[in-house]
Amino acid sequence: MPFIEFLFKPKNELEKGGRQSVQIASADENEPSKPCPNCRKMVPLSQLWANHNTCECGYHFRMNARQRINFICDTDTFSEWDAGVVSRDILDFPGYITKLENTRNACGESEAVICGRAKIEGEDCCIFVMEPYFMMGSMGTVVGEKITRTFERAMELGLPVVGYTVSGGARMQEGILSLMQMAKTSGAVKRHSDAGLFYLTVITDPTTGGVTASFAMEGDVILAEPGALIGFAGPRVIEQTTRKKLPAGFQKAEFVMEHGFVDAIVPRSTQKATIAQLLRMHTGGERVG
Amino acid sequence: MAKNTVSKAYDRVKLARQNGRPTGVDYIENIITDFIELHGDRNYADDEAIVGGIGYLDGKPVTVVAIEKGRNSKERVAHNFGAPHPEGYRKALRLMKQAEKFRRPVICLVDTSGAYCGIGAEERGQGQAIAQCIVEMMALKTPSVSILIGEGGSGGALALAVADRVWMLENAVYSAISPEGCASILWKDSSKAEEAAESLKLTASDALALGVIEEIIPEQELGKESFYEKLRVKLSREFRELTSMDVDQLVQHRFERFRNLGVPDMGGKK
Repeated sequence: MPFIEFLFKPKNELEKGGRQSVQIASADENEPSKPCPNCRKMVPLSQLWANHNTCECGYHFRMNARQRINFICDTDTFSEWDAGVVSRDILDFPGYITKLENTRNACGESEAVICGRAKIEGEDCCIFVMEPYFMMGSMGTVVGEKITRTFERAMELGLPVVGYTVSGGARMQEGILSLMQMAKTSGAVKRHSDAGLFYLTVITDPTTGGVTASFAMEGDVILAEPGALIGFAGPRVIEQTTRKKLPAGFQKAEFVMEHGFVDAIVPRSTQKATIAQLLRMHTGGERVG
Repeated sequence: MAKNTVSKAYDRVKLARQNGRPTGVDYIENIITDFIELHGDRNYADDEAIVGGIGYLDGKPVTVVAIEKGRNSKERVAHNFGAPHPEGYRKALRLMKQAEKFRRPVICLVDTSGAYCGIGAEERGQGQAIAQCIVEMMALKTPSVSILIGEGGSGGALALAVADRVWMLENAVYSAISPEGCASILWKDSSKAEEAAESLKLTASDALALGVIEEIIPEQELGKESFYEKLRVKLSREFRELTSMDVDQLVQHRFERFRNLGVPDMGGKK
């Protein structure tokens, strides 16, 4: 499938004309389709799926964690760790148990991250992929523990880690213990790094708060998806606090790269090949082909 | 739980935020002698929300890094109400790495409603600056004690609280989000902050029970000479113990301390 280069500067959702899904459309009558928030065309679902949830204009739609694993890992190479572990209501937080149950039922995942071991174009690695549809990828103790264990196992196995981040930050229903997961995961990243092993992060839309302020920004190489929102504080909070108009493209991946905090922006069309190449370059492998 | 406990957590939030409560600089003036303030992150600017430098604790050199809210309105503006920018965290890290080089213990005094939330802060990598502080403090080859003296607001507080010992004042609070923020996100109603404060378990006794801190510093004599005197003695004693440890062992203990926080039951499928 041809992929048109990502040439435009995505708008911040607070800018005029940013992120409104206005349906303008003349879609194929017979096929279900979805409006693109960027070019506003109706994208037929079959085309969307064939392009890994991206529109021809370059817009990257959100992707759930299983889709990502299927898309990035070689067929049948992914073996999951700590599957099915569920969070407990440690603090007796009002409504948390119900929220967890509802989310599990709606999303089909047990928690906001999936971890395991896989091959990417034949390169052996450990991988964690956060789930945007599970409480917006918020980090509680289970997420923190699973990611920490991924780095610990990667150390034992002498393998690199590939991490896909998407998160609204710390999970407030787990209070201070969710904050502590920033320190716990950072400690694990540090040990893995001190062992001379490679850690690659791919930041996807949106990654904010405690995840940005810990393992998302700790990779040896930090990639981002086009148009992904990357920040510590969210744009709405900043606008409310400062009462200033946010600059064009504020906190978008392109903006964050311009300011020096992301190594490269890699669209899904070339993501797998880029990750595999970086893995190869860090594991002593020779150039293939 | 009885109704009166509901107001309790929020009462502490109010106390932790109260003007007139001793700030970082008060602690430095009363506990540390011959303090020399060191400015700047060597990259961009000097962030006055963080005051750092070297002084003596009981005759031994220490590095002190304090988030400073300011004691009057003029000072509060100058110190940006204790909301650090990335350059503040980078200054803090520079001073801690310097302490490591010269084997000086590090004291962090934490008092912030959170890292500054603004355009410049984001442009200069607030998240990256905090992440780097956390990683480097975790591996710092010198003893460290962090004291939460007022507000411990989220990642902006944690950035300076990855220490060998973390203490909290009796009325200090430590939380992933402000009770107001929590109430407005969860219940779309910031007036439910009291309820949120209770649910978030953000008091010193909660933090102690959860293993997040080692000790609570009583506040009966807060701000008096005797208060600082006791704290000075306590810090001295703690550093005597910590400096006697092998440095690799010290770092290992620190790592395990944080590794073991909030370990869920990973028993298997449900």
